[in-house]
Amino acid sequence: MSRHPGLNLAHADEKAHAEAEPLLFGFWVFLMSDLVLFALLFATYATMMGVTAGGPGPKQLFELGPAAIETAALLCSSLAYGMATLVMKYERGRVWLLFWLGAALLLGLVFLCFEIDDFVGMFAKGGGIGRSGQLSAFFALVGTHGLHVTFGCLWIVVMMIQVLVFGAERRDNKTERERLLADRVQTRILRLGLFWHFLDIVWIGIFSVVYLQGLTA
Amino acid sequence: MAAAPFWFALLLVVLSGCAQTGSSMLHPWGMVAAAQRDWLVIAVALMMIVVLPVFVMVPLFAWRYRRRGGRGVYRPNWTYARVLEYPIWGVPVLIVAALAVMVATRETDLDPYRPLPGAGAPLEIDVVALDWKFLFIYPKEHVASVGLLAIPRGRPVSFHLTSDATMQSFFIPALGSQIYAMAGMETQLHLRADRDGVLDGENTQYNGADFQNEHVRVEVVPDASFARFLAECRVAGRVLDPSSYRMLAVRDTLVKAKAAFGLPPDGRLLFGDVQPGLFASIIAKYHPGDRTMRMAGQAE
Amino acid sequence: MTLNDWLFGRLTVQAALPFYSAIATAAASIVVVGALAVVVLLTKFRLWRPLWSEWLTSLDHKRIGIMYVVLALVMLSRAVVEAVMMRAQQAVSYDSPGYLPADHFAQLFTTHGTIMIFFMAMPFLTGIINYAMPLQIGARDVSFPLLNSVSLGLTAAGAALMMISLCIGRFSTGGWSGYPPFTELAFSPDVGPDYWIWAVTLSSIGSTLTGINFAVTIYKERAPGMHLFRMPLFCWTALCTSILMIFAMPPLTVATALLALDRYAGAHFFTNGGGGDVMNYINLFWLFGHPEVYILILPAFGVYSEVFSTFSAKALYGYRSLVYATMAIAVLSFTVWLHHFFTMGQGANVNAVFGIATMLIGIPTGVKIYDWLLTMFRGRIRFAVPLLFALGFILMFAIGGMTGIILANPGIDYQVHNTVFLVAHFHNVLIPGLLFGMLAAVQYWFPKAFGFRLNEKWGRTVFVLWTAGFLFAFMPLYALGLLGLPRRTVEYFQGAYRPWTLIAAFGALLLLLGLFAVGAWLFVSVRQRDDNRVPAGDPWNGRTLEWSMSAPPPEYNFAVRPRVTGRDQFMRDKLGGMAYLRPDEYEDIEIPLGSAVGPLLGIAGILCGFGLTWHIWWMAAGGLLLSIGTVIARSFVRETTRIVPAGEVRLQHEAWLGRLAMERPASRDQEIAPSNRGLALADGS
Repeated sequence: MSRHPGLNLAHADEKAHAEAEPLLFGFWVFLMSDLVLFALLFATYATMMGVTAGGPGPKQLFELGPAAIETAALLCSSLAYGMATLVMKYERGRVWLLFWLGAALLLGLVFLCFEIDDFVGMFAKGGGIGRSGQLSAFFALVGTHGLHVTFGCLWIVVMMIQVLVFGAERRDNKTERERLLADRVQTRILRLGLFWHFLDIVWIGIFSVVYLQGLTA
Repeated sequence: MAAAPFWFALLLVVLSGCAQTGSSMLHPWGMVAAAQRDWLVIAVALMMIVVLPVFVMVPLFAWRYRRRGGRGVYRPNWTYARVLEYPIWGVPVLIVAALAVMVATRETDLDPYRPLPGAGAPLEIDVVALDWKFLFIYPKEHVASVGLLAIPRGRPVSFHLTSDATMQSFFIPALGSQIYAMAGMETQLHLRADRDGVLDGENTQYNGADFQNEHVRVEVVPDASFARFLAECRVAGRVLDPSSYRMLAVRDTLVKAKAAFGLPPDGRLLFGDVQPGLFASIIAKYHPGDRTMRMAGQAE
Repeated sequence: MTLNDWLFGRLTVQAALPFYSAIATAAASIVVVGALAVVVLLTKFRLWRPLWSEWLTSLDHKRIGIMYVVLALVMLSRAVVEAVMMRAQQAVSYDSPGYLPADHFAQLFTTHGTIMIFFMAMPFLTGIINYAMPLQIGARDVSFPLLNSVSLGLTAAGAALMMISLCIGRFSTGGWSGYPPFTELAFSPDVGPDYWIWAVTLSSIGSTLTGINFAVTIYKERAPGMHLFRMPLFCWTALCTSILMIFAMPPLTVATALLALDRYAGAHFFTNGGGGDVMNYINLFWLFGHPEVYILILPAFGVYSEVFSTFSAKALYGYRSLVYATMAIAVLSFTVWLHHFFTMGQGANVNAVFGIATMLIGIPTGVKIYDWLLTMFRGRIRFAVPLLFALGFILMFAIGGMTGIILANPGIDYQVHNTVFLVAHFHNVLIPGLLFGMLAAVQYWFPKAFGFRLNEKWGRTVFVLWTAGFLFAFMPLYALGLLGLPRRTVEYFQGAYRPWTLIAAFGALLLLLGLFAVGAWLFVSVRQRDDNRVPAGDPWNGRTLEWSMSAPPPEYNFAVRPRVTGRDQFMRDKLGGMAYLRPDEYEDIEIPLGSAVGPLLGIAGILCGFGLTWHIWWMAAGGLLLSIGTVIARSFVRETTRIVPAGEVRLQHEAWLGRLAMERPASRDQEIAPSNRGLALADGS
């Protein structure tokens, strides 16, 4: 069984485990470093709160509706991704795996569409990045998260193609070499999962600190 | 190389001899710089307790335990002695503790925000850092000068600083501390000059092509002469209002600014009247529409 | 937008060519001629293919390490020349404009600082760790060999931008720390700060990835039995440095990225007005900047620990103390950033807290110095070049540490902040601290990497010139700082400064000679290589695992992974007669195939950085697409490793063991004689 928490290569061999160990650990470390980046962007936003330079503030610019939809889309996307991981673990077949990955992707794209629409609306209301310190910090923080989601979506697309090309289950393949490739796809999907859930956590922070705080303060 | 610490130990003595009058802390002109010099000597002396043994032990050990001809015993597996751990950790801890106590107590003395004692009420001066010159406004006296700072001997001076350009650091070495001047913010500095003379003031934060020319002639004068300086300002007859301020704020040297006011390079650019509230308005213009003006550091 | 704008952005002939001063033109010409000479030589000797297939695309940590060091040495040369130019300017600029225009002088102190930190010091220590650390912990490679190559590619791309900036356009004049608002569009509308932003950003991303790679390697790739507390001290310092990189580089990335948003998107993070706040930048920058100091110095501490132990023929004194001291320094380094701006107007109590926190770092540092001293105590010291560097380091670093504690006193800092006293202090810690450590590491590990020792006499010359040069160049700056001379000034007006600037210029000249001596050191050693071969691989009677293999080592490092039973395993083996045993069995070894991903991402980085700097958007977008495409394409590559069959490993290893049996063991008296063939007489000294 798995030697590494969070890793469910239940049927894989020793070699796949040996490969996965530093990869997963390294990815956690990368996420930690990425979290420092977000923490600093949050801190920058916190110091810039209320610095509107005479421009529109959160009450004029933020809308709870779209932000709530974005939150729901991203959380549901994570749920779908969780389903994909389970499908992969219990080997329910490529179709279901692709279905759930596709669902996660779709919901991610929904998030992005609403977010872009949000940004366009803010610009239209005179709340662009150059209007004030607070808005600069807003776009840096929320934009960086959005950029992460964009790359996450691209990554999901790549992984869907890889599932088709390499398979994600050992039984998809005959030779040892090919089975190893399928194992690799599995650990990649797991790492993408960590990334995807990590973005949820960051978004929860954004939703609370930026949107809820901004609209109630 | 072993002579290196003596470079430093002798430095203060040697330097005090050759330091140009009125240019540095080594010839302090005020109580703050004098306290800083004393503090420096004490801190160096304290640290010599750790540093000097190193300078003795390195050559000593290197010689005694050299491979060819060394007399020391050889103990290749001697890697730990508990009795040595106490001084190794203990001595630095004690010295740092001593220094820390002194920092904690003296820091408030040397805090640039702390008003200083002296003869009479503090003289208030508003400093506006421009590229590449300093503007000094005497708000109570309603006069101003550029690149020239006259202060009465023995009377504490309370500076309020801001910048209408790049970030700068205002520094009169012979008098004491330096402090940043930043746009849209106000910082404070307290100094006192105890001897008459002409000192050098400068900006130490690089801010462009004429950074090196951003010097201030600091004139420490007796009270009577200070009154003459105020009269001189008024006689000059210039008014510091938005239009003359705009001429001053052009990004150029003091010499060019003087030329703009029809003065030769060694002329004295003085203003006999200053529009009230000018200093506050220079800060406020960076905060359009903000509910509260932000201040640097402890002013918050 | 015209076609010309679209194609070339802000790039025009007038803006681009370095004709603003004759000296800049000459410098650009030297770079161009140098680059052409390299191209011609590579073509003439038909070296392009081996350069590409055996070096640039190699994923072998040893080759990547060597490439990092080469990059560092190239950049060191440029930055030392710049330093000499600045010192020469100040020697002649008493009440006179000197020979350098003010703007050019400002570019020089900016590029000098940026290069020395990001493109000399960082690549140098990354290269040394890359080479030595996996060998010391008994690993076959780092955890992520491809990522390693990518880090190198990004760092080299940043360095390339620095070199391009010398020829096309101008560099920033805002100093290595790039403080706004001076670096904002309002005060620096030209491309200089943009060059700085992208060069530094590329390097900081590369360093973050390096930190992750090294930390995971040390946690996951240690040989069986190599517990953390059995690792050589150099590995501990590498681990602490890596952890610092992981946490300290993101603040830099954020600082430069937000400054870029100000300059490109009209944001107001650090501008005057619009709600910008320069204090945020200063905090972010030093949140990186202070841990960075320890990123730079800890690996050198590790090297000194190895050197003191090896050349005193004695196990390291106070190993655990040294480990705890290293960890303490790493943790404390995050708590002191505010001491870089005591003069920003925060309260006296805040300053006092950060001042005291800074002094606390003096405690573990003092402990380290005493531990090294006690390592020499009761040893048998050989004055080889690495030990000379280490001795020089201790003496000079003691002074640097002392002036550091002086600067940590807010009360005194108000006086010497922003003066050349500060410049003297950080050169005093970084030259003996970092650079001497790296040069000692070169002399120490060079025979392992290339199979022959470096020339001792030239090594000593390098040491003498750098030591004397350092003392003459920087001790006067302490004096000048106390006299109130601000840093970064192109001209000064006080006669009292004059004698000191002349002495400093003389010191700079010695440092220039020191740089030439480094060249001669390498050149002479390569020519005499046949007299100094050490095929048996252990020229210094080493104590740690890297000395247990041939020099240069095989691509897979260890024919059989070592079993570790304690500290200084190789010395144990030698004393116990267990070294160089014939293993019972060999295994197939999997090693990574070369990959073009690293160089391609480097090229993409250059395109992105250059395109963004000059607003050539198609080029920037092209670079971004190239990098994304490369990574995606790589994820579809099926064969990424190859197998070295057990039989081949056996053949190679036994051939080496056979040669070993023919060598005569050398005593330590023969250490620098040709008879030292890398087999040490196992007498413990």
